[in-house]
Amino acid sequence: MTLVIKNGRVIDPANSLDEPKDLLIHKGRIKAIESPGSISFEAGEKPSVIDAKGCVVCPGLIDMHVHFREPGFEYKETITSGCQSAAAGGFTSVAVMPNTNPVNDTRAVTEYILSLARAEGIINVYPIAAITQKLEGERLSEMADLKDAGAIAFSDDGRPVMNNELMRRAFEYSKMFKLPLIQHSEMLDLTEGGCMNEGMVSTELGLKGMPAEAEDIMVYRDIALLEKTGGQLHVAHISSKNSVELVRQAKSRGLSVTCEVAPHHFTLTDEAVRGYDTNTKMSPPLRTIDDVKAIKEGLQDGTIDIIATDHAPHDIADKQVEYQNACFGIVGLETALPLSLKLVDEKILSIGDVIKKLTFTPADIFNLEAGSLSLDNEADLLIFNPNLEYSIDISKFHSKSKNSPFDGWKVKGKVIRTLVKGKTVYSANEN
Amino acid sequence: MFNRKNILGTKCLVEEEITTILDTADSFKEISTRPIKKVPTLRGKTIINLFFEPSTRTRTSFEIAGKRLSADVINISGSSSSTVKDENLIDTALNLEAMHPDIIVVRHGLSGVPEMISQHVKCPIINAGDGYHEHPTQALLDLHTIREAKGTLKGLNITIVGDIAHSRVVRSNIYAMKTMGMNVKLIGPSTMIPLGIEKMGVSVGYDLEGAINDADVIMMLRLQKERQSRYLLSSIREYSNLYCLTSKFLEKAKEDVLIFHPGPVNRGIEISLDVMESERSLILTQVTNGVAVRMALMYLLLGGKNDTSN
Repeated sequence: MTLVIKNGRVIDPANSLDEPKDLLIHKGRIKAIESPGSISFEAGEKPSVIDAKGCVVCPGLIDMHVHFREPGFEYKETITSGCQSAAAGGFTSVAVMPNTNPVNDTRAVTEYILSLARAEGIINVYPIAAITQKLEGERLSEMADLKDAGAIAFSDDGRPVMNNELMRRAFEYSKMFKLPLIQHSEMLDLTEGGCMNEGMVSTELGLKGMPAEAEDIMVYRDIALLEKTGGQLHVAHISSKNSVELVRQAKSRGLSVTCEVAPHHFTLTDEAVRGYDTNTKMSPPLRTIDDVKAIKEGLQDGTIDIIATDHAPHDIADKQVEYQNACFGIVGLETALPLSLKLVDEKILSIGDVIKKLTFTPADIFNLEAGSLSLDNEADLLIFNPNLEYSIDISKFHSKSKNSPFDGWKVKGKVIRTLVKGKTVYSANEN
Repeated sequence: MFNRKNILGTKCLVEEEITTILDTADSFKEISTRPIKKVPTLRGKTIINLFFEPSTRTRTSFEIAGKRLSADVINISGSSSSTVKDENLIDTALNLEAMHPDIIVVRHGLSGVPEMISQHVKCPIINAGDGYHEHPTQALLDLHTIREAKGTLKGLNITIVGDIAHSRVVRSNIYAMKTMGMNVKLIGPSTMIPLGIEKMGVSVGYDLEGAINDADVIMMLRLQKERQSRYLLSSIREYSNLYCLTSKFLEKAKEDVLIFHPGPVNRGIEISLDVMESERSLILTQVTNGVAVRMALMYLLLGGKNDTSN
């Protein structure tokens, strides 16, 4: 019942902590954070000990954007396999998008997802419910009931709310319940039939492009509506230079807008599409080096609040097809940490900032009881070795799906152990 | 010499390789004029034409090329292939490969498919046109026809006119022509000029009349009516008014200008009937040379060792 994690470098951005410390965990909660070697025990008490020498000990990571495909597409991912994948990637909390079948637009589906997650008890799962019924963009979902059932935000992810009037009302309505709207920003009439970023590379490859303006226009529209109505907007997976600037300006006007970026959008550009690997097909698409630069600036100056994976598992049958016909999206949970830590090597962010964007800030935006190591908090923890180099091997992924463009990449920063409520849910030594 | 496994595009071909292909095609051209149009060069070899998209000219050209070299040629068209039964594209290719063909020729309506297939099978792949990516054999037969008529390629000016965005012929021709030292000018309505194409080392304009006088070759492209989104054109009539090559335009051209069209021609839309039938038009010569160029590629991909004289 008692556990000591000793000799680690404890990083807890919520409490501005970055020092060698020992952690005492009792009955699943953090009971003491003390200088190394100074936690004492009464005679006869025999705690288990984890030696975290050379490792960082931080709050378990939080991913506000995953697709676990259950109910409806269990061949791609289940809540169980998704949670295992999350744990292997160092995540102890995830928010699942509602584009399941049936769509998570009713209390019954929200409760079903929560019941599955709780039965497995691997990590914490937070349901995001639909903005509109069946994601059809016609009528608002029952937001009060959904919140009561456990929904923590609303999104029609993958099916952006195109109708301006409806989006206005969604802001007004969700405001009553103090829950954010998460928008996948894409003007669908500008991207119809598109499968990669529009630019020099799409021209060469003969693939229909998705212009960055499709994202920018919707980000601008949503900010304009937010400014009128109030409410809270979270821009999902921002990918374009101008969208970053729009969010920056909106923040400077004091609007309640936040945004996230997916690791692939600061790691790759549309050059990666050459060769037609369908694991480079995602929405929004991989953009240009200018966009990547703007994203890194946005991460640096705080315009981009958090890192979220958009973990989108797809079976090989959905990917091993013509590029144009392949499904959008890649799995991200098991590559997010090392890819984000590259930002430290590039001197874009400090290691504390990377952890903050993956722990404290998402918890803060979405009002989750997670993401910090304060005393008496549940002991959701990640222990990782920031200097250990290894090659990404998709065949070792815990996710049911292996659709990642990062197979074989040499990276640095390995998850050693993930704990939820003091219990180990993943250990590198046992895998 | 020639050491490639596949012909997926012209982008990667260097000048020496293109010259080798054109020279080899020269030597094969005569075979098609013999009373008995067959040599045993590829006897015992099997070539599969895997066409996921309808094609008359290109498929027939590959078939005749293979047969004149005595290869066994099998045609599989999109409608009769198992992909309509939802067989995975790669599985289709692997099943064909299991029957030990020596070359698979792939045509597909979507960009990238020949390259994808080449990543999964060991036998050589020839791209017979994919989406609006590349159509390398068309570009090579165009170069062959130009070189035959002009004696050289270096320094020649070509103006390519029409729907640049949806043309795989343009992309393959740009790469190959730039490699061979030609100057390429693209003309078309601004809605059909794709973003960033000038970075491929070409000049771009919208006015046909002003782009004719210094051209050694004018290549008119097929208006891909079936591929047009409804927003790209006001009307076929207006397109034709602006971009149809008529004798009026040709008055401004060099005496010895050559007129090309990759076919099939929309008569009266891209090119007027009298221009099409004029002696400057090499549209049918392109087709004739297509057989020789495809024979050359098959021969070179399969080692190029046999004597062609008998």
